[in-house]
Formats: sequence, structure tokens, C-alpha cells
Amino acid sequence: MLKSLKFRFILVLIFLVISVIFCLPNVFEPQGTLKKYLPSDKIHLGLDLKGGMHLLLELDTVKLMQNMIDRKFGALKDAMIRDGVRFLALDKHDSTISVSVRAEQKEKLYNLIGKEFPDLKAGDSKTEGDTLRLSFLLPEKEIAGIKENAVRQALETIRNRIDQFGVTEPVIVQQGENQILVQLPGIKDPQRALELIGKTAQLEFKLVDEDNIMRFQGGSVPDGSEVLTMRARNRETGIYTTTPMLLKRQALLTGELLTDAKVKIGGEFNNEPYVAIEFDGEGARIFDKITAESVGKRLAIILDNTVYSAPVIKERISGGKASITGGFSMEEAKDLAIVLRAGALPAPVKVIQNITIGPTLGQDSIRKGVQAALLGGILVIFFMIYYYRFSGVIADIALFLNLLYLLGAFTALKATMTLPGIAGIILTMGMGVDSNVLIFERIREELRLGKTVRAAVDAGYAKAWVTIFDSHITTLITTFILFTFGTGPIKGFAVTLSIGVIINLFTAVFGSKAIFDWIIMKLKPRSLSI
Amino acid sequence: MKFVEIVKKTNIDFIGLRNKAFILSLVFVVLGCIGFVMVSLGKANLSVDFTGGTQLQVKFSEKISIGDLRGTLTESGLHDVQIQEISGTNEFLIKTKMSDAEKERAQDTIGKYIAANLKEKKFEIVGSNMVGSTVGRALKKDAIIALVIALVCIIIYIAWRFTFIFGIAATIATFHDVLTMLGIFYIFNMEMNILFITALMTIAGYSLTDTVVVFDRIRENMAKMKAKSDLASVINFSINEVLSRTLITSLTTAVTIGAILFLGGEVLFDFAFALFIGVLVGTYSSVFIASPLVFIWRRQLR
Repeated sequence: MLKSLKFRFILVLIFLVISVIFCLPNVFEPQGTLKKYLPSDKIHLGLDLKGGMHLLLELDTVKLMQNMIDRKFGALKDAMIRDGVRFLALDKHDSTISVSVRAEQKEKLYNLIGKEFPDLKAGDSKTEGDTLRLSFLLPEKEIAGIKENAVRQALETIRNRIDQFGVTEPVIVQQGENQILVQLPGIKDPQRALELIGKTAQLEFKLVDEDNIMRFQGGSVPDGSEVLTMRARNRETGIYTTTPMLLKRQALLTGELLTDAKVKIGGEFNNEPYVAIEFDGEGARIFDKITAESVGKRLAIILDNTVYSAPVIKERISGGKASITGGFSMEEAKDLAIVLRAGALPAPVKVIQNITIGPTLGQDSIRKGVQAALLGGILVIFFMIYYYRFSGVIADIALFLNLLYLLGAFTALKATMTLPGIAGIILTMGMGVDSNVLIFERIREELRLGKTVRAAVDAGYAKAWVTIFDSHITTLITTFILFTFGTGPIKGFAVTLSIGVIINLFTAVFGSKAIFDWIIMKLKPRSLSI
Repeated sequence: MKFVEIVKKTNIDFIGLRNKAFILSLVFVVLGCIGFVMVSLGKANLSVDFTGGTQLQVKFSEKISIGDLRGTLTESGLHDVQIQEISGTNEFLIKTKMSDAEKERAQDTIGKYIAANLKEKKFEIVGSNMVGSTVGRALKKDAIIALVIALVCIIIYIAWRFTFIFGIAATIATFHDVLTMLGIFYIFNMEMNILFITALMTIAGYSLTDTVVVFDRIRENMAKMKAKSDLASVINFSINEVLSRTLITSLTTAVTIGAILFLGGEVLFDFAFALFIGVLVGTYSSVFIASPLVFIWRRQLR
């Protein structure tokens, strides 16, 4: 018995030392050589305690596929015209492109598709007289791959933007098929962050369609052109005005070929901030070609389907440098530079959940929650001592061990403490008290039957163990299911409670029994203060 | 040896009180069922977590009446708005079905309305919660699935540790507790949010623990007192034996939760309230519902 008792105390002690080591960084910062050997992680506070923003974004995959098919459609049309494949009709529907051709053109079309559009699969074909109606579609597998890539790309882009914006400890993870969870703790300007993250940032250069301006004023939009709005700020009043503008539909150059974007001030732009952009070799070559071919025409700079400016090309521009103006404030220009550098999102994102907690609300709840928990704890500690006298002290020691182990485990596992998490701790303490009450009531019963102290303690623990085990297992089942099906705060609660319940099995039964056994062995009491 | 005792040795006829208890519980359960139907129909006070929409916590720098604020917002065209005053502060909870549009956050829209109409009052949005309606629906579904799976797993566990009858009785008692909490929240028109679901699950676990403790003793005494006494007295004897434990545990838990209830601040109030009710009901049901159910069923089987 002595040997096993020693062993039990050593086990309790080892856990205690480990817990204290892990808890240490929460209360003081180790210095010097100690720093190397001690863990340095503190308990992570959740957004509800620290304040910050929690966003759930959904990538618009419908729009993504639409863009994809639009692009293929345009490219196919161009390629057919280039190669002289004569077609009678060309249209698109969902992820299918249909082409009507005369029978003799079929071979040529198939060759073209096989060579340049290998991801398009031939669908069903219909024959009407000597006209063939052929359809081509993106296979399911291809679509799934595109979506998967797009989400990954969006994740990467958003991470880049947030990194450049400067937020400490952001969480950016994929959730489900096409959702992205973003948590920005302690963020000061949530509105600005949201705009930065949510912007698609699709930069395009298109020519203004000045040839058809008369027709447009008459109310019709010619084929191959489109109408977008131009945004301009009145320098005196600061009010934004929008005007419709007729543009060639084809984008001559996009932001994909961008290598850098910087905020600059001054020069010809009235000391207003503007964004200077730089293209890579290919981008520079294309830009050079566009400007050489279109001197005297207006080139529109478009971001997310809004025209920011449409300057007249005065001369051929080599070197791949351009600037975006639009009456920006300093902040706007900075954010625009960030999104341009980080790249465009593959499709628009929609905010489907946005929880913003001001830092004061967070601090307020942590202070009140901790105060209440402390008061409740103190009341219970005194009650246990009042009701069970000396044994109550042992129960309180077990409770204290439980709390220390729990905090140690929590820090070591890098779990995040949330408000429901604190509730979970309080509940764990409640279960710890319950276990001891069960044991002590049993011991009392055994003592009433006239058993010796030692026999009563042994029998009390043995009989109560069955009950405690059952009740802890049922709680573990609940927490496991909460963890599997719950989200966010519920998960935090489940984690704390399950760790707490497991630790409690150890401290309330194993730990307190060791103390009892030691007392019985050393002091051999005739009666027990319980 | 002398002990400090809340209850001395008791000899209460719990089985004899079963019909009164059943009537009381029937009221609770019916209330709960009404609550459940209303929740399913979306007519209860569900938080934006489940319905989708926006909830704001707005803090004014000076006193303002809830009527003024409501007037301001309805004049601005927000008809589905619900406003709740956080007592003792200048803070309000504003809830609306509106969610973020492409160009603008609902939070800003509401902020603008307040700023435009209550020019002289300074305010600050201290917290906001916007949930798209698809997320809300998914969450509601997940919560119900989790609750059902948890209960089924627990029946299986108890049926395995005890007998099938005990498992069913424990589960009925647990359903009774969950429904009672739902009913009370519905009657008081308190908000049901994620924390409320957490509370329901916690109480399901707590109530089961309580029931298991009592069942454990019944099982033990049934083996010991087999031939000597009838089922009713075995059950009564067992409940009386564990009564002091039941009361002490409930008392200590209630004290801790009570501390959060009164001092934990408005964020935790509803959660603590749900737990508080749950502890009371959970304790009641393990004594007055679960055990008598075992008695009735066993007796009929014989």
C-alpha cells in the first residue's frame, strides 16, 4: 500500500508541475536562459472576450462558373473567326456552349476544339436539314476542380490582403465547400477591413467606344460593347457622381499581369493620392501595343465593373507603368494598392455571417464573468468546509488541482477561451463538487453502519465510483456530440467540458483518495471529520 | 460520529406523490410542445443565429427612451425591428431581419438611420452579429440533429449499463427537462440563441447524471432487498437515501450559476437563467419523473 501510495502522490505531483509550467506564461514572462526551456504560449482569448470581427464569406461559385463559360465563349468565338470556321449560331446556357454549323464545317470545328479547348467535352448534337447543332460542355469533374482551385485561390488572396493590412493572429480557414472563415481579433476599423477583404479587385483596361457614341445616346448598345458607370468625385464638394459610359466589351489587359502597386502623391494629380501600377514583361508588351495602336483614344481603367478614370492616350507608353486616379483619400488609395498587389478574387464573395464585438464589450464580459465565477467558487469552497469539515478541505484541494490541470491543459493544447468556455469551466467545477459529495455521502453512510474509518473510506470510494463513472461518461457522450455537430462557441464549451470531465475523474477520485489514504495510514484516526 | 446535515434521514413517499407530479409535468411538457411548435413555425423569439438577420448592441452616451429609438427606426422604414433595452445601462439590442447587402452592411444602414434622426445623441455600436439566412437554417438543423443524436446515444448507454426500461425512463425525464426549459423561455419570450442550445445540452447531461445517481441506488437496493420488500418501497428507500446528495449538489450548482446570473453581466444572463431553471427541473425530474416511470412500467410488466 505504501508503495502504491507513493506512486499516486508522485503522479499527482508530476501533473501538478507540468500544469504549473504550462500556466506560468499567463502570469509572468520568463527571462534569460529560462525562456528557452519554458513554454511561452498564453491562453488564447476568443473574439467574444477580446473583441474583433468574425466573418463567414461565401465564394459565389455560380458567378465563377458564369465568368469561366463567358471567357471560353469569347475565346471560342475569336478562334473560330480567326480560323475561318463559319458558324450559323453561337450561344451559351449554364455550362454549355452550343454552335450551329453546316455539316462540312464539323471536322474543322472539332479539330479546333481538340487543339485549343481540350477541357471542353462534346455533348449531344442535333441535325436539322444540313445544319448541325453541336454542344460543348465543361465536365462535372472539371467544374469541381475549378471550384476547388478558386476557393484555394480566394483563401490565399484574402490571407495576402490581411497580412498586408496588418492584423495580429488572424484566422483564415476554409469551411465547408465554398466558405471562408475569417477572424480578426482586436481590429480597430472593421468597416475598412471588410471592404478590403470583400473587394473582388478585378482590374481591367478597356477602350471607350467613341465610334458608337451617337447610337448610344439614341439608347441602343451596339454588339461588342457594354455600358459601365464611371465614378468621379467633385473636388470642391467631395461628392461622388456616376455617369454611364459606353465601352468596348473586350478587356485589353487585366490585373493578372501586375507586379506592383504603390500609393503616390503629387505630380499632375493636384497633390491627390493615386496608385502607381507596374506590369510584368508580358503586361508591359501588351500595354505598349495598346497605347501604340490607339493614340488619341480613351482608355478606361476599370475596377470591379466601375470605371475609375478614362484618360486620353497621348502617346505610346513603354515600360509597363500606369497610374490609377479617381479622387481617392489616402486610406482608399492605400487599400486599393493592397488589393491590387494581393491579386483579384476569382469570383465575388458574399458575407454570410459577420459578428463584430467591440473591445469594451469583450472586456466587460470577461471581467464580470470571471468575478461571478470567483464568487461562486468561493461560496462553494466555504460551503464544502462548513458541511464536510476537514474532508471538505480535501475536496477543495482536489477542486483546486482540477482547475490548475484544466488551465494547464488548456494552455498546452492552444485551445481558445471563449465565454461559453468559461461556463464550461464553472460546470466542471460543479461536477467536481458533485463527485466529492457523492463520495462523502457514501462514506457517511458506511460510517453510520459502524464501519471503521478505513473500511468506510474504501467502501465509500468503491461504491461512489460506479455512479461517478456513469455520470461522467454520459456527460462525455454529450460533449462529444456537441463538439462534432456544434460550431464556434458550442465547440469551445464542449472542449472545456470534456477536458474538465476527464481531469475530474482523476482529481476527484484518484487525487482525493490518495490524500485520505495518506492520512489514514499516518494518523490512524478513530473517527473522521466528514 | 456527528455530521453537519441539511436533511436528516427522511422517509418521503415519492412514489405516492407520482400522480400530482405527473399532472404538474404534463403542464410543463404541453407548454414545451407549444414552444417547440412555435419555434418550428419561426414564431418564437429566435436569435439571428437561427433566423438570419442582424443584431446590434448600441450604446448611447446619455439616456434615451426605447420609444424614441423605436420611432426613429420605424420612421426610417425598418418595420421588422425589435428593440430590447438592457436594464441599468444606456444600451439597447436592436434586431432586424435585414442582412448585409452587396454595397452596404446592415449595421451601417441602421447606424445612419439613428444618426440622421437622433442628431443630438451620441452613440456607439459596441457589438454586432449578422447572419445570412442560409447559415441560420443550417445551424437550426444541426442543433436539432445534435440534440437527437446525443439523446439516442445516451439511451443506448443507459440501456446497456442498466436495463432498457431505465434507459427509456431516463430519456423521457431528459426530454421533459429540455421541453420545460423551452416552454419557459417561450412563455417569457426570452431569446433562444446558440448559448441557449448549449444550455439545453448541458442540462440534458446534468439531468442524466442526477437520474443515473438515483437509478444506480435503485439498482443496488433491488439486488439487496429483492424478496423482502415491494418495488415501491425499494424505490422510495433509494431516493430517500440519496436525497441529501441530490440536494447538496443542486444547491452548490445553483449557487455558482446564481452568481453568474446576478453578477455575470447581460451577455451571460440568459444563459445562466436557462441553466438555473434547468438545474431545478433536472433535479425534480430525476426524483419525481424518472423513478416513478420505472415503477409504473415494472409493475405493468409483472
